[in-house]
Amino acid sequence: MQEDKKKSRRKFFELGIKFGLLASVGTVAVAKAFDDEDNSEMVELMSTDGHIMQVPASEVHDMGHKQHDGYDPRVGFPDKKFVMVVDLAKCKNALKCQESCNKNHYITGENAWLKVYKMQESEKTAPYFMPTLCQHCDKPPCVKVCPVDATFKRQDGIVLIDNERCIGCRFCMAACPYSTRVFNWNEPDQPEAAHSGAYTPDHTGKPSVKGTVDKCDFCPHKIDMGELPHCVSACPNDVYSFGDIYEDAVTNGSGQTFKLSELLKERSGHRLLEGLGTEPSVYYLPPTERLVEFEEGMENYTEFQSVKKSEE
Amino acid sequence: MKPYDKLIQDLAPQKFGMRGKIWVAFLLVVILAALYAYYQQFDKGLIITGMRDYALWGVYISNFVFFVAISLVGSLVTAILRLSGVKWSTPLTRISEVIAVAAIIMAGLTIIIDMGRPDRIYYIFLHGRLQSPIIWDVLVITTYLLISILLLYYPLLPDFAILKKHFSNKPKLSKWYGKLSLKWSGTKKQTSIYNSSIKTLSVLIIPVAFGIHTVTAWLFATTYRPGWDSTNFGPYFIAGAFVAGAGAVVVIMFVLRKIYHLENYITDLHFDKMGKLLVLLCLVYLYFNVNEYLIPAYKSTNEESAHLEELFFGGYAPLFWTVIIGGLIIPVIALVFPKGRKPVPLFIIALLVVLGAWWKRYIIVTPTLLHPFLPIQGVPESWRHYFPTPLEWTITFGTLASALLIMTLLFRYLPIIPIHETAEERGILEQDKTETL
Repeated sequence: MQEDKKKSRRKFFELGIKFGLLASVGTVAVAKAFDDEDNSEMVELMSTDGHIMQVPASEVHDMGHKQHDGYDPRVGFPDKKFVMVVDLAKCKNALKCQESCNKNHYITGENAWLKVYKMQESEKTAPYFMPTLCQHCDKPPCVKVCPVDATFKRQDGIVLIDNERCIGCRFCMAACPYSTRVFNWNEPDQPEAAHSGAYTPDHTGKPSVKGTVDKCDFCPHKIDMGELPHCVSACPNDVYSFGDIYEDAVTNGSGQTFKLSELLKERSGHRLLEGLGTEPSVYYLPPTERLVEFEEGMENYTEFQSVKKSEE
Repeated sequence: MKPYDKLIQDLAPQKFGMRGKIWVAFLLVVILAALYAYYQQFDKGLIITGMRDYALWGVYISNFVFFVAISLVGSLVTAILRLSGVKWSTPLTRISEVIAVAAIIMAGLTIIIDMGRPDRIYYIFLHGRLQSPIIWDVLVITTYLLISILLLYYPLLPDFAILKKHFSNKPKLSKWYGKLSLKWSGTKKQTSIYNSSIKTLSVLIIPVAFGIHTVTAWLFATTYRPGWDSTNFGPYFIAGAFVAGAGAVVVIMFVLRKIYHLENYITDLHFDKMGKLLVLLCLVYLYFNVNEYLIPAYKSTNEESAHLEELFFGGYAPLFWTVIIGGLIIPVIALVFPKGRKPVPLFIIALLVVLGAWWKRYIIVTPTLLHPFLPIQGVPESWRHYFPTPLEWTITFGTLASALLIMTLLFRYLPIIPIHETAEERGILEQDKTETL
């Protein structure tokens, strides 16, 4: 079982490169390999359906990052559909997720993209902490209303913003029921690192652009390197798990992988404001049988601040 | 003096007097201040406004809705009244069409002022996507502007020809009027084209007018926000727009009548009729308001009641009740009595109605945004409230002054009362023609 999980996790991260390799070798290469077996040593490759096959090492070429050759940030990764699970039972408002998100997206405004809300449904129900980020809805109301295709939905489920396209009408912010969109009201005072490299929508905040909208991007720049989004890996309590819905697997910051369908079934997962029909890609597990006291998290709770001011 | 000459003498555009010059200078000062404020905004970003991530739209958007609302009066007076065979509205058609054109121009500019990246305005045409209500708005506003300009221009053709003759002692002015008259000579063929064009435009403009304000309502109603998420919004906005527009016509016809001594043309009868129309429109709007507020209040879902409590009893309550009572209920009561429909009282009431209409848009736009689904946390305390900053007010006043300036200039060079139509109605045109021939 554990082995299976590991395999599926590995599969998730390495699928891309293997698929690329297989494609490059192709059937001709495989046929050729059968012709002259003594030619060279063989390497093992796994096909997309999980079969291990042998291919002569001489036919295998290192493609570097070429697996995403022609990767279009507007189209997204092929054959993937990203999903996140947030375990409310584990959240104690440590805010490491927010810190890491703020730092790695060079957020310098006063409103973080990832926020941990102090929630209480009604007077007699227990309070809990609820991290929110862009829900990457499958029926995104923000994308629907954008007049210039600046915010868009990719084939891998990620909703992004093209800050070079955005005209700053803020209709998407009005349309988003989760209040996860943030506007650059002035010229962002970002560190130099935010300005390195050419602009691409798949690393939001690098740089942020005055008069345009920003939000959580699900970290495609991390996924591209086979890594987990910043918030997932930064969380000390394994609140977040991230994965691919097609593989039915999500992985948390400690590297544990779970079967998504089982996790949602066993733990009664739900999505935020399901009734609105936005179909979010972020699932929540209810704050039952909590591992941590709610009060512990109150130490970190700041009602009016989500981005630490840079020290002058 | 022959009646025809007297008519032209009365109605031909006049030079600004001292008051006119001071008025234009005042408007220019306001506009210059607004340009300076806008430069600040362009340079520093929308940070100079009171808007933030929760109150993400503010006075610019409510002002935009106000302009669109006011512009609907063009279709009401020129098209709806014309097509329903109302005769008394003739002297008011040009006034309302001028208001419509000025308002719709400023509506378009105001929406650009609200943009975070006005430098990318052409992206709307380059990358526009038809599924966005903003694109519908762009399409329908440009269409409405075009039809409104034509509906202002066509009835002016015979007037321009008259003015060309009238100003023959001023060759430059005369030449311009001549050019604008498109060689109008009043032949049978011209008259027939003229009449059918105006009729066609009048029919065309009604659905487009309903379109602009319905789409403007949909900018809000297509979101999930409590307070906006309403199927009532389209007709509710239309009803409110006619109230605002009719109020604006009354205010402006009163001022113009006084300044240009048009008492023979804009009579007490016109005020009486406009007063009656305004009561009807106010009652219809009141009805929509009852629907808009009472039904959600009856159900009182959490989201709706947070919003409504703020309006009925909270921080927005003084404004809300002032607008509802002062801008709707009092006008209805006052205008039911014939005395209330006399020029001076009606002017005061109409002023209240227009002011109320402006603030009404403000309380439609802002409070809703401050009651999102998830609680407001993690942002500075000040972000939970919204009030326009002085620079934001300056820009807003600038747009209002610009609309007034456009109207002032149009009233300076165009006959405020249609000369040709008035002459025809009073049966003095033919007489004049036979005499001069």
